[in-house]
Amino acid sequence: MPHDKTVLRGVRPYGEDPVDIVVAAGVIAEIATAGSGAGRVIEASGLIALPGFVDIHTHLREPGREDAETVETGSRAAALGGFTAVFAMANTSPVADTAGVVEQVWHLGKATGLVDVFPVGAVTIGLGGEQLAELGAMATSAAQVRMFSDDGKCVHDAAIMRRALEYVKAFDGVIAQHAQEPRLTVDAQMNEGVLSGQLGLTGWPGVAEESIIARDVLLAEHVDSRLHVCHVSTAGSVEVVKWAKSRGIKVTAEVTPHHLLLTEDLVASYDPVYKVNPPLRTSTDVTALRAALAEGTIDAIATDHAPHPHEDKDCEWAAAAFGMLGLQTAFSIAVLTMIDSGLLDWRALADRMSVRPARIGRALGHGHDLKVGAPANICVVDPRASWVVEPATFASKSRNSPYAGMTLPGKIIHVLKAGKPTVEGGDLAC
Amino acid sequence: MRHLLSAGDLDVVSACLILDTAAQLASVTDRTVKKFPTLRGRTVVNLFFEDSTRTRISFEIAAKRLSADVINFAAKGSSVSKGESLKDTALTLEAMGADAVVIRHGSSGAPHRLATAGWIQGSVVNAGDGTHEHPTQALLDAFTIRHHLRDGMGDLAGVRVAIVGDILHSRVARSNVLLLRTLGAHVTVVAPPTLLPYGVSQWPCAVSYDLDEVLPHVDAVMMLRVQSERMHAAYFPSVNEYSRRYGLDIRRMGLLPPHAIVLHPGPMNRGMEISADVADGERAVMVEQVANGVSIRMAVLYLLLGGITDDGKKEI
Ligand SMILES: [Zn+2]
Ligand SMILES: [Zn+2]
Repeated sequence: MPHDKTVLRGVRPYGEDPVDIVVAAGVIAEIATAGSGAGRVIEASGLIALPGFVDIHTHLREPGREDAETVETGSRAAALGGFTAVFAMANTSPVADTAGVVEQVWHLGKATGLVDVFPVGAVTIGLGGEQLAELGAMATSAAQVRMFSDDGKCVHDAAIMRRALEYVKAFDGVIAQHAQEPRLTVDAQMNEGVLSGQLGLTGWPGVAEESIIARDVLLAEHVDSRLHVCHVSTAGSVEVVKWAKSRGIKVTAEVTPHHLLLTEDLVASYDPVYKVNPPLRTSTDVTALRAALAEGTIDAIATDHAPHPHEDKDCEWAAAAFGMLGLQTAFSIAVLTMIDSGLLDWRALADRMSVRPARIGRALGHGHDLKVGAPANICVVDPRASWVVEPATFASKSRNSPYAGMTLPGKIIHVLKAGKPTVEGGDLAC
Repeated sequence: MRHLLSAGDLDVVSACLILDTAAQLASVTDRTVKKFPTLRGRTVVNLFFEDSTRTRISFEIAAKRLSADVINFAAKGSSVSKGESLKDTALTLEAMGADAVVIRHGSSGAPHRLATAGWIQGSVVNAGDGTHEHPTQALLDAFTIRHHLRDGMGDLAGVRVAIVGDILHSRVARSNVLLLRTLGAHVTVVAPPTLLPYGVSQWPCAVSYDLDEVLPHVDAVMMLRVQSERMHAAYFPSVNEYSRRYGLDIRRMGLLPPHAIVLHPGPMNRGMEISADVADGERAVMVEQVANGVSIRMAVLYLLLGGITDDGKKEI
């Protein structure tokens, strides 16, 4: 029965020599000489195969803000962006702080089926920062939650953070911290620096992030638990994480595509499409973040995909919502900032966008090397293609992309999830 | 010049043009001509998202003296928390055919947004936005300083000005530092370190924490309003301590050179940043500032709407 097999014809794993990747029963059945594989052929000559990307930081907005995004539209955007798994943050309405809500999100993900949706559980009830949510119930639910985060808010109380870090050890969980000292960032609007002073916008100082990370790595060391740092945005944070890793502390960190590319000067336009939390920083920070991702101090690229309806951005700066779309542009921004600059090769990019994020979130079935027997979660990209970003064409329900009008390198051509095409020829396969 | 959003957008030529135009308009007004026909048939909207009766009235008088139709649109209460109201209001004003919108808003950058978001076609005048800028205030301050210290002519080259108080939250300070520098003045901002913005060392001005040290070396001192509520956010320990260290009282007046003048954008906190006897003293020019504000705003509206054609030539 040759048609039970799918062949990625002439594809170059990690940009290496062309082969046929033969997929059957949801796994890579064979890696054969180019042109020799039998089955349903997907033409991929000249294209590069990478393990399907894993986004450990996505806001799918469902339940509660279906006007901005749903699990279905977010899944479509994710698939088109080369992802086979996404982690859906807990700051929905109601908050994903019970087994019921995380199972709802998990079921919605299953029903859509384009990517595996791993719900993130809230650390505290209602993201209130005061009382632990039922982390164990979420861990043993159908959703099998392993990552917990109050993202959008910081778990600022040191005692609560300590207990959360300790508690999740019972089921190999990780606390993903949105590091933002609240008292240092009251009404904060942009990076605190010379520019914020000139623009009259309340500053969000780097120290508000760095001080929380410093505290949390010490807590993680003290209780010997796993800490993950969301959206690292400053050179100082990189130093702290690097120091912690050198001490053997179990800390991992992510960086967003926008913090790898964009800088605070864009805020001078007062265009809220550039309003994001943590804020865009300086070129010094961007350089440090790229270097840290290259050397592995930062483990993963994570989008912090944050859809917002038009009216929440079509207003004055202070009234606008924080956040940017990221799923459909993440790969291209990674190519632009990390591949084209020579900082990462394809294998290392796969490590930062698939292998390590899957490991951090314990995303079973994802982040495997492309070899025989591995789950066939595969992303096939054209490194030479470029495209113009037109948010109106996005699968996401929202349009708040800071890259509108930019020409970006690298295109997602095909995506297989558990052996089944979700994207073919750059379009959704179903 | 299509909009007036920031004092930083003015070069020395355009700034002096505004000051000179204001002087001309003021001298004619003094000779009992109360109204010019210049802006007849044009509509100026005062769009105030924050209460500021004095600024609104100043713009209103200015527009009326130029024969413009004035619409006062007080949008307070529908402000920042409901952001779309700025856009909706703008679309309404556009439908009414506003030629200029004078906007006061609590959110920094709101005038910039109004001018660039594509909601309206008319000119936008920033009448104070958040903690960002208040360019017509800076212009009237420069006009007042020029009148006293430079015989009402030319730029302010070499004039030494201290701006004292809550620099961090002051749109008046930001606009004044930019404009006074453009006009050639030397500016020193004076405040406790908590009330200075991060990165102030990169501003085009000197910085001091010590008012007594600065006063003997300035020709004009501008006292800013300090809200006592700042105390609760630990910007300073108490009203008394602030007043002792940074308030302008009679003893400190003695440190100023005899020709120096005292400005305040109002409204004043007597007993906080300025003592009553200084505020009412003969070197205080606050009443003139108010009168000059009307002339400056007339000049700005005249130059934006009537005085200059699209190719930049001045109409006769
Ligand atoms: Zn966050
Ligand atoms: Zn987030």
